[in-house]
Amino acid sequence: MIEVESLSKVYHMGEQKVNALNEVEFCIAKGEFVAIMGPSGSGKSTLMNLLGCLDLPSSGNYRLEGMDIQNLNPNQLAEVRNRRIGFVFQNFNLLPRISALENTELPLIYGRVPKATEIALQALERVGLAQRANHRPTELSGGERQRVSIARALVNRPAIILADEPTGNLDSITGREIMKLFLELNQEGVTLILVTHEKDVAQQASRIIQMRDGKIISDKLNGVQPC
Amino acid sequence: MLIWDLFKMALRSLVTHKLRTFLTALGIIIGVASVISMISIGEGARSQTQDTISKFGTNIITVKPGQKKSRHVTTGKVDTLTMDDADYIKTNISLITGVAAQVYRSAQLKFENKNTNTTVRGTGASYARLANFEMDRGRFFNDEEIRTARRVCVVGSTVLKNLFDNINPVGKTIKVNGKNFLVIGTTIPKGALSWFDPDDQIFIPVTTAQKRIFGMKHVQSIDVQAGRIEDLEIIIEDITRLLKQKHNILEGKEDDFYVQNSAQFLRSWGDSAKTFTYLLGGIAAISLMVGGIGIMNIMLVSVTERTREIGIRKALGAKKKEILEQFLIESVLISFLGGGIGILLGIAISRFVSDIGGWDTIVSTQSILMAFGFSVAIGIFFGFYPANKAANLNPIDALRYE
Repeated sequence: MIEVESLSKVYHMGEQKVNALNEVEFCIAKGEFVAIMGPSGSGKSTLMNLLGCLDLPSSGNYRLEGMDIQNLNPNQLAEVRNRRIGFVFQNFNLLPRISALENTELPLIYGRVPKATEIALQALERVGLAQRANHRPTELSGGERQRVSIARALVNRPAIILADEPTGNLDSITGREIMKLFLELNQEGVTLILVTHEKDVAQQASRIIQMRDGKIISDKLNGVQPC
Repeated sequence: MLIWDLFKMALRSLVTHKLRTFLTALGIIIGVASVISMISIGEGARSQTQDTISKFGTNIITVKPGQKKSRHVTTGKVDTLTMDDADYIKTNISLITGVAAQVYRSAQLKFENKNTNTTVRGTGASYARLANFEMDRGRFFNDEEIRTARRVCVVGSTVLKNLFDNINPVGKTIKVNGKNFLVIGTTIPKGALSWFDPDDQIFIPVTTAQKRIFGMKHVQSIDVQAGRIEDLEIIIEDITRLLKQKHNILEGKEDDFYVQNSAQFLRSWGDSAKTFTYLLGGIAAISLMVGGIGIMNIMLVSVTERTREIGIRKALGAKKKEILEQFLIESVLISFLGGGIGILLGIAISRFVSDIGGWDTIVSTQSILMAFGFSVAIGIFFGFYPANKAANLNPIDALRYE
């Protein structure tokens, strides 16, 4: 499902070149639950941006479901983000002035999917928030907000869900509930890639990739065979 | 439908920031309102003047002594026209329905213990018909009174008010430059123009004026009425040819008279009124422009403020075009709103001006459409740059923006 070959990303900070990602190679199969760990500056955010089609690599190949992402133009990238990728952010990134339901609908609207409201409501139901559909994010607790953003990530039936420190802004109990939800979704067949600092969060994944200085330093299984 | 969703998003963002939306729209409101009210005042002034001028009749040809050099400059002798010329035109030119020679001077009138200064116009019996004066009381003087140079007069309504306090003056005697005149009639008011009040004058037989008050042999103008407007050009040619002959003006010499027609005057006045209207409209358009810059300013602030929102939308799959449209719809909505309120305000202002100031104002559909179209165009024009800036934001930077 995901094939990454000698993927590099170089940032130019004035005269200086920063190798944020250096010849990274791995692949991820459908249905895997991968945790990416590493200290800040290790390149995991850069990797997430590339995997999420928010940015293009300086060199190397990234193939998602057979598509060569590095050859796509910005509009095609937007379409891939819309249909094939679901994002869950540490700080939720919900639009504050519209309801949970409307937030969940957004990917469907940009994807021109008919019956958006119905589908969005089903997604909210899946994360257990149907009864709060008409509340604004400001009226919801942190855990509820993260559930809304998971519903929003699910709603277009993406190939992968990318979660960037999804429990980072939550207390440990709520964090555990969110992880439980992720595990359930994974068992239902959703491919998950999760960036985290926390060891016990990473331990729940089936595979852990450790990064440092823009390179993968270990790629350990937690049960399931990698591709 | 995506465009409808974008429209809803834009509308929601405007409703959320009600005060800001209103203040932004205010520039457009003022601009549109001033365009509409200014043009309505200009148009009103133009049509009012045109109406008044056409009251005097556009089928009148005026012959005057001297040479006309430009619109306002006349040179040459002033005593080249006589009653003879008027009679000559009357008997030798067909297609005309009336001729009235005139002399006019300012003179002092006295009635009992009241004084007033006014224009005394000596003219022919057909003048009332030529100049569209209708009688209020009494009658106009007749040919017999002209032949015998009788001291009778017809009083205009402004003089009636100033000298007689609106009491019926018919049969009363007034003094004109110290000489007694019998009032035989009054005229119905025609309404004043800004530079000239046709009701502020009295009419006396032209012969009386020449012999008994002003002591002159010549006349100052000869009004000729054409039977049909279409014949104006021919009649003007005939008069010119005839008078050249009669005054023995040789080939290549300048005429000692000139012929003009109120239609020409009407046209040139209409032109300057139009210029005036454009000028007013132009000034108002500048304020519309300033309003547009206000929209751009606020939209730029809004884009910066909503960088994160833009990042989120892009991460969720919004394309460049969709972000552009969302922000463009917002600015067009603002200018649409401003345009709508501005039209209402503009109409209200022109009503107010005509009620309070007593000016005629005309709100034309054309000016409404123009102002509205212009304001929407301004919304698009000044909204494009901020919207484009939003659409071109890099999603990663936008997501990280605090």
